[in-house]
Amino acid sequence: MSLSKNEYGNLAKKYSPPSPVLKDCLFAFLIGGSICTFAEGLNLWFSSSMTEEESRTLAMITVIAITAILTGAGVFDSIAKHAGAGTMVPITGFANSIVSPAMEFRAEGTITGTAAQMFSIAGPVIVFGCSSAALYGLIIYLLKLY
Amino acid sequence: MELFLTIIKAFAVGGLICTVGQLLIDLTRLTPAKILVSFVIIGVILGAIGVYEPLAEWAGAGATLPLTGFGYNLAKGTREAIAEKGAMGILSGPLSSASIGIMAAIICGLVVSVFAKSKDKQ
Repeated sequence: MSLSKNEYGNLAKKYSPPSPVLKDCLFAFLIGGSICTFAEGLNLWFSSSMTEEESRTLAMITVIAITAILTGAGVFDSIAKHAGAGTMVPITGFANSIVSPAMEFRAEGTITGTAAQMFSIAGPVIVFGCSSAALYGLIIYLLKLY
Repeated sequence: MELFLTIIKAFAVGGLICTVGQLLIDLTRLTPAKILVSFVIIGVILGAIGVYEPLAEWAGAGATLPLTGFGYNLAKGTREAIAEKGAMGILSGPLSSASIGIMAAIICGLVVSVFAKSKDKQ
């Protein structure tokens, strides 16, 4: 039986289990919102003893460190399974995308495993994020909008 | 009361941004990596046109913690670097403003990879 790409797509759609979009979105909203609220709480707590910018940065670092610990303990993945975008979109997703392959590929060596694989997802994010920021910088520099 | 409002705003905005990501996962065939890249670029664009700044001030971590906030931070840092150093800021701004987040994640990755064993390998 030969199938065109389109037909295959339709068949795959028909036979794959229905994705409970509403439930997924609710979990993403609640868990993502909770992570942001936690960071805001840390920020409020820290801000009594430092500047706003420092407390925001320290709150972010704390969230990254907690993500790393939960990833190392194997807990993060079981939260992420239910949270979907709720843990992927906040900085937790970025941190997990670095820590998780660093652990997983350790068997392949420190250089070609851990260090190289760390950036398999974070790399593109940094490349495109920084490049688009540099492009924006070039534009405002040429138009003298800064 | 003000504290309560701050918390609610962070929760609602952070939750909504994540919900947009979830809709992209469920309704499109974009891979997670593509979605993350899109979010950062959207953050840079929204930061560039000045939309994200008021949102970040209003919602705090609700807007700055998602990856769009990472993008916004890149745009903001680049603008500040150019104002301070001129043309060199175009190249120094982006990575400098992302440096703390990236370094924190790198160090965490290294430390965890030394101490933790991947569960799949057992």
